[in-house]
Amino acid sequence: MWDLCIRSLETARLRGATYADVRVMHQRQRDLTTKNGKVGTLAQSESIGLGIRVLAGGAWGFASTDRLTREGVERCAIQAVAIAKASASAKRNDVVMADEQPYIDSWQSPFRKDPFEIPLETQLALLLDADGEMRRVKGVTLTETDMQFRKSDCWFASSIGSRIHQRKVTSGCGIVATSFKGEEIQKRSYPNSFGGQHALLGYELIESLDLVKNAAIIAEECVALHSAAQCPEKKSTLILGGSQLGLQIHESVGHPIELDRVLGEEANFAGTSFLTLDQVNNLKYASDIVNVVADARLEHGHGLGTFAYDDEGVPAQCTKIIEDGQFRGYLSNRETARLIGLDRSSGTMRTEGWNRLPIIRMTNVSLLPGNWNFDDLIESTDDGILMETNRSWSIDDRRYQFQFSTEIGWEIKGGKKVRMLKNPSYSGITTEFWNSCDAICNADHWTLWGTPNCGKGQPMQTMGTGHGASPSRFRNIHIGAAFSEQAAGK
Amino acid sequence: MSSTSKKRPALSKSASPVQLSNERELRKIIDATLRLAKSLGVEETEVHVDEVADALTRFANNGIHQNVAEHGLTVSIRTVYEGRTARATTNRVDEDSLRATIEGALSLAASQPKNPSLLPMPGRQKYRRVNRFIKSTAAITPDDRAQAVRRACDLAVKHGQVAAGIFATGQNQTAVGNSRGLFAAYRDTHAEFSITMQEKPSASWAKANSPDVRNFDAQKLAARASEKAHLAVAPKELPAGRYTVILEPAAVLDLVGFLFYDFAATALQDKRSCLNERLGKQLFGKNISIYDDAYHPLQLGAPFDGEGLPRQKVHLVDRGVPKNLVYSRNSAKVTKKSPTGHGFMLPNEYGEAPMNLVFDGGNSSLEEMIASTDRGLLVTRLWYIREVDPYEKIMTGMTRDGLFLVEKGKVSTAARNFRFNQSLIEMLRSVELLGPAVRATGEEAFEMVVPAMKVRDFHFSEVTKF
Repeated sequence: MWDLCIRSLETARLRGATYADVRVMHQRQRDLTTKNGKVGTLAQSESIGLGIRVLAGGAWGFASTDRLTREGVERCAIQAVAIAKASASAKRNDVVMADEQPYIDSWQSPFRKDPFEIPLETQLALLLDADGEMRRVKGVTLTETDMQFRKSDCWFASSIGSRIHQRKVTSGCGIVATSFKGEEIQKRSYPNSFGGQHALLGYELIESLDLVKNAAIIAEECVALHSAAQCPEKKSTLILGGSQLGLQIHESVGHPIELDRVLGEEANFAGTSFLTLDQVNNLKYASDIVNVVADARLEHGHGLGTFAYDDEGVPAQCTKIIEDGQFRGYLSNRETARLIGLDRSSGTMRTEGWNRLPIIRMTNVSLLPGNWNFDDLIESTDDGILMETNRSWSIDDRRYQFQFSTEIGWEIKGGKKVRMLKNPSYSGITTEFWNSCDAICNADHWTLWGTPNCGKGQPMQTMGTGHGASPSRFRNIHIGAAFSEQAAGK
Repeated sequence: MSSTSKKRPALSKSASPVQLSNERELRKIIDATLRLAKSLGVEETEVHVDEVADALTRFANNGIHQNVAEHGLTVSIRTVYEGRTARATTNRVDEDSLRATIEGALSLAASQPKNPSLLPMPGRQKYRRVNRFIKSTAAITPDDRAQAVRRACDLAVKHGQVAAGIFATGQNQTAVGNSRGLFAAYRDTHAEFSITMQEKPSASWAKANSPDVRNFDAQKLAARASEKAHLAVAPKELPAGRYTVILEPAAVLDLVGFLFYDFAATALQDKRSCLNERLGKQLFGKNISIYDDAYHPLQLGAPFDGEGLPRQKVHLVDRGVPKNLVYSRNSAKVTKKSPTGHGFMLPNEYGEAPMNLVFDGGNSSLEEMIASTDRGLLVTRLWYIREVDPYEKIMTGMTRDGLFLVEKGKVSTAARNFRFNQSLIEMLRSVELLGPAVRATGEEAFEMVVPAMKVRDFHFSEVTKF
């Protein structure tokens, strides 16, 4: 693979590139699903190819190919340089990047059980068992389960001399029970909705989640939701479960801190950000107890945003995003770091595959644990609503105003969970919401959640990101707007 | 390297667009795979070959900042052995890789229980020809795209604005063949220009998409976005509530696009469609008729489905009454209906979906809709739309890039963006006027043929800060 990398770099140089980096990637994936006790999807795929990014005439060009021959990669490099020269005819300024060292390294994400070596029969049997447990509950009308495994090798080389090989293995799984009754569809998922939990781990992740035991619990909750009270519309104290808070972090912290958005590069599609450059060290983003980091290092955990080097050859780092409530920094790459006067990229350039350009992506953007025990948090809440497991999410294109709904809610009165609520939702303005946080649970309740489906870029790229969170409490939040008319009995 | 290795035409030494393989070459890959599978004792085999050659020029801050091209070919193989099926996909087409992929599919299939309802693969089919491969689109170069982008950015600079957007062009083709003699192939081109013009503190947007790059004028789109961005510079904060709205086609598309899977027979079998218990009833207004029509002149897409069955035109909603669904072979068998050619590639748990929705339009222009409105809002585009309630089909999302207050038949001012929580069912009961149906393109749904709509009592629940 290194020969192909070096051949393409050399071709680009000869054609006039002043900088180039290349990725040869081999990606393997296995997908298993069941529905109503039968196997649904049973598929595997592999893809191998090369993508080269070049600077020529002060502008970028990128081309990719699956023709991994000497001739194929040379032509790909030639095409990338020609594209860069076309870009140069409509450039704003010459691209300049923050300095970075060359690295020669090889890294493999640690795991105990290679999911591709576990017998398929074992994997399917687990899903069918969980599926069966959900179907045993009367009133459940649809049961779904899924497992997904990925293994990727990336050989990265750049014209500054880096040669980095990384192998990453990720696993994920989830189960869902759905119930249609009367004029209502209710759903419960475990361990999270929209694909479950995913991490940079092997099959040990699947075994740790105890799908079968939890299947009956969510199935019963799903059916019970039909008889639950409607979540009211009002201002209320809100406690968010860890997975929902993970998505809240993703949408209202992770995306606004992407420096490409801040600098207008995503204005046509993903949008911009309220976090303009003057806000660094000046904006009170959150209450004093809130600390958020973007940490791609393994010591932070086995997240979907964990790696040793980003796809621009920059080592994994931990960047302070919110420190004691104060906004501190962005996710950057070498180009945007230089544009705002930083010495170095924060190492967040990531690509979906060999045929996509690396762009700034979240790594593991996590809320650090607080001091609260979960039971104490509930006991100290006189009147509030606990919301768990995301059902819908939406936020404006500058990341101010958001609305989330969750699968289930619990009314809390006098320090106790007193009854189930259906169709819970909450909404607000990002900084007002985070400044209302008055309690964060401790490390015992902290999970590094994996979001496997973050979309960004044109052409669209789907990326996995990590979000560490523990249940937390927020005061005076607008509850129930999504179902305001149902709440009013219309 | 075996005789099955792909022989794609070489790239030119410049950045000229890639030439796709011809149909004979795709057929050769399929035939070679079928022969290999037969030699391995596979009972039935289906092969999909997909090839993509796409390019996309992206601009922001009045200059190109990303500019990419990709070329790839994948072979996806489904095997059937002793009543079990599975799929494996590769982008390597040498004989060893194809054999390994077939063996991979067999190994996956062998891991599961027998499926007594698995249908035999379909035999040869007849297809209606569609011509959606436009040479002038396939011939577009990076220099062509850069030139168009430069003109758009020059316009922005001239007006003191900041432009961002994309100009994308590309070619795709797909072929499917199986061991019962079925073979189908399709190719198309596509071109897309999207532009956001920013004039602080606001922005506006225009976008077009067509198989034929000559069907839109990038400069005119830039001019429209520029003019609307200027109109949007001083947005007024209005109270949340119910408003009459005039939804431009992109806004309509991104909402009604969320209805497409509800028309899948499998979705009804699974009881997750909003049409459960509602088929044959007057669900929408009498001015709403919806078809799925892959042959409509403004549509794109293959005239066959994931199993190679020819797509049929299906009348989904007749004057507000949902009357038909789309069926894969499997869901058709379960419900004793005929398949309509809308199945996804097997195996899958979703069944099928209409992918070429066409709404009947009306005769009202946007100007007429505005002129007939005493107080309402003109919506350019919607953003981040998600389903809040799957049965009432309540959707949430934001307005974006140009929301304007209409008073006494005229646009009076720009308005700050709203969040909406709106039932699509209720919305399609409340359509007062329809524009001509056009090929609309947005960001949430795939392209469809929909009209602009004037809708009463659209529910905006909260306002944002810009």
